[in-house]
Amino acid sequence: MSQDRIRNFSIIAHIDHGKSTLADRILELTHAVSSRDMREQVLDSMELERERGITIKAQAVRVEWKGHQLNLIDTPGHVDFTYEVSRSLQACEGALLVVDAAQGTQAQTLANAYLAIENDLEIVPVVNKIDLPQADPDAAAVEIADLIGDSPEHVLRISAKTGQGVEDVLDAIVERVPSPAGDPEAPARALIFDSSYDQYRGVVAFVRVVDGSFSTREPLRAMALGTRFEAEELGFFSPTRRPSRTLEAGEVGYVITGLKDVSRLRVGDTLTSESRPAAEPLPGYKDVKPMVFAGLFPTDSDDYPELRDALEKLKLNDAALFYEPETSQALGFGFRCGFLGLLHMEIVRERLEREFDLDLLVTAPNVAYRVKPPHGEWVEVHTPADMPNELEEVEEPYIKASIIVPKEFVGTVMELNNDRRGRFDHLEYLSEERVHLTYELPLSEIVLDYYDQLKSRTRGYASFDYDVIGFRPGKLVRVDVLVGGEPVDALSLIVHRDSAYDRGRALVERLQKEIPRQQFDVAIQAAIGARVIARETVKARRKDVLAKCYGGDITRKRKLLEQQKAGKKRMKQVGMVEVPQEAFLAVLNLDGERK
Amino acid sequence: MTRHLYVHLPFCAHRCGYCDFVTVVGRTGQHGAYVDALLRELALERDRLAPELETVFLGGGTPTFTEPSALERLLHALPPATEMTVEANPETVTQELARRLRRLGVNRVSLGVQSFRPHLLSVLERVAQPDTVRGAFYHLRDAGFDNISFDLIYGIPGQSPSDLEADLGDALELGPEHLSCYELEAKPGTRFTHAHGEELARQADAMESYFEIVVDRLMSAGYRWYETANFCRTPDRANGRDLRAGHNLAYWLGRDYLGLGIGAVSTIEGCRWRNTPRLLAYVSPLVAGRRPERELEPLPLDVRQRERVMLGLRLDVPLVVDGLGEVLDGRALDRLQRLGLVDRNGRTLALTPRGRMLGGGVTADLLA
Repeated sequence: MSQDRIRNFSIIAHIDHGKSTLADRILELTHAVSSRDMREQVLDSMELERERGITIKAQAVRVEWKGHQLNLIDTPGHVDFTYEVSRSLQACEGALLVVDAAQGTQAQTLANAYLAIENDLEIVPVVNKIDLPQADPDAAAVEIADLIGDSPEHVLRISAKTGQGVEDVLDAIVERVPSPAGDPEAPARALIFDSSYDQYRGVVAFVRVVDGSFSTREPLRAMALGTRFEAEELGFFSPTRRPSRTLEAGEVGYVITGLKDVSRLRVGDTLTSESRPAAEPLPGYKDVKPMVFAGLFPTDSDDYPELRDALEKLKLNDAALFYEPETSQALGFGFRCGFLGLLHMEIVRERLEREFDLDLLVTAPNVAYRVKPPHGEWVEVHTPADMPNELEEVEEPYIKASIIVPKEFVGTVMELNNDRRGRFDHLEYLSEERVHLTYELPLSEIVLDYYDQLKSRTRGYASFDYDVIGFRPGKLVRVDVLVGGEPVDALSLIVHRDSAYDRGRALVERLQKEIPRQQFDVAIQAAIGARVIARETVKARRKDVLAKCYGGDITRKRKLLEQQKAGKKRMKQVGMVEVPQEAFLAVLNLDGERK
Repeated sequence: MTRHLYVHLPFCAHRCGYCDFVTVVGRTGQHGAYVDALLRELALERDRLAPELETVFLGGGTPTFTEPSALERLLHALPPATEMTVEANPETVTQELARRLRRLGVNRVSLGVQSFRPHLLSVLERVAQPDTVRGAFYHLRDAGFDNISFDLIYGIPGQSPSDLEADLGDALELGPEHLSCYELEAKPGTRFTHAHGEELARQADAMESYFEIVVDRLMSAGYRWYETANFCRTPDRANGRDLRAGHNLAYWLGRDYLGLGIGAVSTIEGCRWRNTPRLLAYVSPLVAGRRPERELEPLPLDVRQRERVMLGLRLDVPLVVDGLGEVLDGRALDRLQRLGLVDRNGRTLALTPRGRMLGGGVTADLLA
């Protein structure tokens, strides 16, 4: 199809503002799906997405509307997935910006709208859920218009649930979103904006063709990695897979690569034709750096190879996921994984458990640090245990947090941010009632429980988003924990100097409760270098006997001892001290309970 | 040939809340039939027993609650033994019963005292009062018993350290030859745990020292702590007699024993079996001359060796570990030795006094 009849667009919306419902209505109206076959929210194909109401993976669906080919590229809706959103947006010329008529603009809406504006996308503003009794479409329209510099009359008012106004949305896409402007005659170039893995057919790349065209069976090359392969099948989704002989400039579709090694094709890379290669790749995506790290360990150490394979497979679907092997005294062999944020971590964990049937232990997350030892080079450290003892300088990642709250909560939010070493940046009234606050905060202060705190202190009204703005020097120290005189790597913490004592104290007290009493006194210490800052003792047991044992009791008592022995074998040995795995986890999650 | 015989007499006037033994309340009318069944089972197993036994132990239930003529018939029919013990509840011990037991060849009585404090006896749902206990003891002494054992329980809900001291003092004042002291076990699912479980959990820390109190007090009064929960007068205070419970010692030394009656366990030549715990299922086949239903448990060599370690380490005499090496965890042994919980001396192994206090965990560690 000629490019002037193609429209590529995304939907940007805060979670629960109706993106998936709108996508479903569009599929119905364009007869891509009959209403009889209509499963609600067709685009969210992963079970997990359905349950959480979050779209994790971008997918593209082609529909026909009044002689035009519309490609809907779905985007994730959550704060952690800015990078994935940006990839999807780069494959589009326009975006529907959907705002809930009752809730108004949210922090994520802002973040993604700015992202779309940065990518020069035409924004079609939409106020959704106008059928709700508490809806205030006019106020929402004013807010959204202010945000993008448009007039409120230009904002579409719809109900994706009832279908009211959805045709106007399709018309607006055709009218307002520009058609693709690549060169159909130039050497072929396509942007890989997503991928998945099919166990029979290998890596499936989701692409947006920018210049030229691609044909089935054509030898192709990924320009950044140099991977060569033959396009086994080309096609598009409508909404199921439909093979097609070619993909033309401006079109969106998939390429079945037949590649079995998931590491050979990276999202963000540019595909070109071997026979007539392009000179330059498309402007690459920034290489996102994970900022939040946690250890993932199989509960059963025999599952280590399965965990490795699973991470490898997930990585294909999830460019932002990082992992490297990690060995912990306490938890055995596992992986230190890097995530974009906490939700990302949670989703990876759940996918590993559900899709790969793994039982995992996840340690408390920490951020990446940059450290410079005396006379040494700057290095990035992903786990406190790797932090050198002597440090000249340490830097930690900072974020710019964007928070939208009703004005009565401004004081509360400021207080929370001050507690978390935040620096006030900016305050602006979005409307008479709602305030947009920006703060600069160390990422370490938000990775644990910040979002929960923000929600609970604002009775759920606050919305929150952030961008990492770089590394800054911090007064940080490593707190080590010694159990029975032995340092325990998994329990080391990196904390701000001012809170080291309190955190060390809390950790030691918690451990004292978690470590069962042993046959001898066990000292539990928190130390900075050689200086002990907190100490507790787990007192030795004084009595541990099977009271009576006569002829009729022997079998039962023997079995009791065997059970006791088996229980001890499951414990982790720290020096002479037996520590149950659960104790490590309880302690590692200590921060989750910070007030 | 088996030289140790256990006979179970399950009948009780009342089932105490904390009890998890096989017991049958009342049913005085069936005591005779039960004893008949016991004697039939004895006849069926007689050829396993040596003609003269070392020990016979009548346990319960409350053996002395058994209808007198039935009990008498049983005692008449049992093979002669060097040590013949009967368990008794204090309230059942009359002058007449004491004399009759003596006359029937019983030479050791194990008295279920549990406590001398009225409020604790009532928590335990015991019928006897402190004076009943003392009365029973004197009746036994008057009838000529020179080997009397007391069962005491500690860790009773509401028991203070001074209550425990007082119980030990009252027991020592009477001066029994032997004492068994058990920590109260609140077994899940018993009425007692339902009623007192929370209180016990609350008191657990406070009661941790009670075992030490018991051991210290009895040892300083001249008793030998010869088994984890058992104490006897030292020979110098007993005219040179070895007052350890001979029958129980057989268990701890891994000897074979035959058990008769419902729920009774036997271990003979590498095989263990347990009779059905149900009265009717026990009696009916025996009436027809058949053995009752039994649960069989073969004991392979390594299991027997584990049991030797588990039981042997309960005693104050070192365990000879020849041939037991395979079931011992050498690294654990080294560690426990360093911690001063185990003494190794050439071919023998013994727990130190603190090791005995922690005997359960230490033994679990030691077993490979």
